[in-house]
Amino acid sequence: MSTSTLLRLATAGSVDDGKSTLVGRLLHDSKAVMADQLEAVERASKDRGLTDADLALLTDGLRAEREQGITIDVAYRYFATARRSFILADCPGHVQYTRNTVTGSSTADVVVLLADIRHGIVEQTRRHLAVATLLRVPHVIIAVNKIDLVDYDEAAFRAVDQQVRALAEQLGIAHIHTIPVSALQGANVVEVSDKTPWYDGPSLLGLLEELPIEAEELAADRDARLPIQTVLRPQQGARDPRFIEYRGYAGPITQGALAVGDKVRILPSGLVSKVTGIRIGEREVESASAPLSVAVELADSIDIARGDVIVAGEPLPIIAKEVEATLCWLSDRPLRLRARLLLKHLTQTTQVIVNDIAGVLDLDALESRPAQALGLNDLGRVWLKLASPIVAETYGQSRHTGAFLLIDPSDGSTLAAGMIRDARNPDAAREADLRLAARAEAAQDWVI
Amino acid sequence: MSHPTSKTGNLDLLEAEAMLVIREVVAELERPVILFSGGKDSAVLLHVALQAYYPAKPPIALLHVDTGHNFPEVLDYRDRVAERYGLRLEVARVQDYIDDGRLVERADGTRNPLQTLPLLDAIAEHRFDAVFGGARRDEEKARAKERIVSLRNEFGQWDPRGQRPELWNLFNPRHRPGEHVRVFPLSNWTELDIWRYIERENIELPSLYFAHDRDVFSRDGMWLAVGEHNTLRPGEVPERRTVRYRTVGDMSCTGAVESTASSIDDIVRETALTTVSERGATRADDRLTEAAMEDRKKEGYF
Repeated sequence: MSTSTLLRLATAGSVDDGKSTLVGRLLHDSKAVMADQLEAVERASKDRGLTDADLALLTDGLRAEREQGITIDVAYRYFATARRSFILADCPGHVQYTRNTVTGSSTADVVVLLADIRHGIVEQTRRHLAVATLLRVPHVIIAVNKIDLVDYDEAAFRAVDQQVRALAEQLGIAHIHTIPVSALQGANVVEVSDKTPWYDGPSLLGLLEELPIEAEELAADRDARLPIQTVLRPQQGARDPRFIEYRGYAGPITQGALAVGDKVRILPSGLVSKVTGIRIGEREVESASAPLSVAVELADSIDIARGDVIVAGEPLPIIAKEVEATLCWLSDRPLRLRARLLLKHLTQTTQVIVNDIAGVLDLDALESRPAQALGLNDLGRVWLKLASPIVAETYGQSRHTGAFLLIDPSDGSTLAAGMIRDARNPDAAREADLRLAARAEAAQDWVI
Repeated sequence: MSHPTSKTGNLDLLEAEAMLVIREVVAELERPVILFSGGKDSAVLLHVALQAYYPAKPPIALLHVDTGHNFPEVLDYRDRVAERYGLRLEVARVQDYIDDGRLVERADGTRNPLQTLPLLDAIAEHRFDAVFGGARRDEEKARAKERIVSLRNEFGQWDPRGQRPELWNLFNPRHRPGEHVRVFPLSNWTELDIWRYIERENIELPSLYFAHDRDVFSRDGMWLAVGEHNTLRPGEVPERRTVRYRTVGDMSCTGAVESTASSIDDIVRETALTTVSERGATRADDRLTEAAMEDRKKEGYF
């Protein structure tokens, strides 16, 4: 049982497209709702004068949300089937939509976007889809909801499906699925409905059980990356005297796998060593793969600290002093040119200066226009100059080595999500190490 | 390069995430502490922290807010565990606050809501800046909206509308002086995950998690233990039943469930089949209002 896999999904949609009902339906029909929780919903529904239990109330957690009938913040839900366990990040549609969708999408294997079949693809769907693409969520599902309101009409669904395909092509999304559903009636959510004989695909849950999981793909056929969080040196405090001399470099394997005997390189120093031991807590193992948290021992006694990264294989990430990135600006305070901020990347935090604001993305036209500043929910492209180097790859190569936060040094608040497009190291000895973009796959043009 | 690896299961993934969170926050802040009640979630949290630093000792203290209504076997367990791993244990006592008048006993006798003040005082006194708790998002609707690393202001308050976005696996525990972060590394675990992990790792727990005979009485549809902290109201009749606890907390508001599950194996099976949530079955204080937990969290509760 404990070997079933874990899929992370995010749901997003615009106001009144029935997302909370869909999530409630998913939880209810997959038997993830306990009897007392359902009773509470039935009681609250009755208090509001409703005849049927409003499944949306299952997911509205805060008082203000229940009072206003809206969802304010990302909520996390858990359910499981015989085949798989799910972590669902339920992202509200209207308030702070970019901030919430970015948060929910950043760790998701799949995003489920809701569309109302009567309205098709609206502005907010485009925006959500653009954000999911920008964050490189591996799979996107469009749940075309409320088909009961158009009498389960095939033509109405095909029309929305056409719109979705056209937009997906424009955005360059490879894996997109559309499913006709009625969250209210439960059609094609958990069970395939007999009211849509013209639809031969799986139900939403059926599809979620089938999709590949990013963490598993990251574990295989990628060169290992291990950002060091802390160095374990028990010395005299060892719980077991055998470990007085132990020195372990602890952190998560973000991609690939490491095995005892592997040759590795430490960045940014570039020193080479060999793995002599791997632990997952008390367990000693011969090898471990992403995304496990491990501690490794190395053959050579070299100076390694938090912020360094253990890597295997070629090509190496770049030791970046300047970074070009797409930012999702998440703060009320605007970003201005020459701002001095903190950047957190893997386990390294450094000061940065914003050297250039190259443009802001118009999500409707999917093109860039010039900008002097970035405001809340803006997506913009910038060049940053770093005080200390980071071990960088493009976001297209890795959602770990290519991602960073911008932090306000005065109060510690998170200002932006950053995705690396390009990086430079003016001091590099080798031509090939000068610039990352030269060897990375090209990002879509619209991803400014 | 690629290596043959054994299949990574859910528990491995959840453990890895929790270890990552603990190592990251401890590395960035100065004075971390684990809220350790002796309950199963805090036992799992401590176990994961021990794994994160093995074979070194976790550089983390333990803090218990004792309501004065705790089950004796749980207090005994708490002290034994702190001793075994050589960890510093701080205890903040609600009873001290009632004795000197800083807090007043509630009419219903429940002391859970009284824990907030001693907790905030202990955090300020010891200048703890990272306060780890074993809370899970599947426990309760307000918890489902809380971040893994959750900022608290100088008054210990949670501002649900002003939460920081939490992106990728990049956790940001930075804060201003006087503020602190609450950290919930087990956020993504479910009750069943907790029990399966306890089984896999063979984690010791207080005995009252397992089926035993106890004198109990029924109140608001829950079985409460007969004892000095629970006085019977008219119409309440004590009876002996075979019960166990699904959560461990204040005796006055933590209910037992009827069960014959006497081993972890039995409990895993029982938990997989249950139709009532952990808090619904066992916590009287969460039934007070639809927003009971939300209100307490805003005031600085766990």
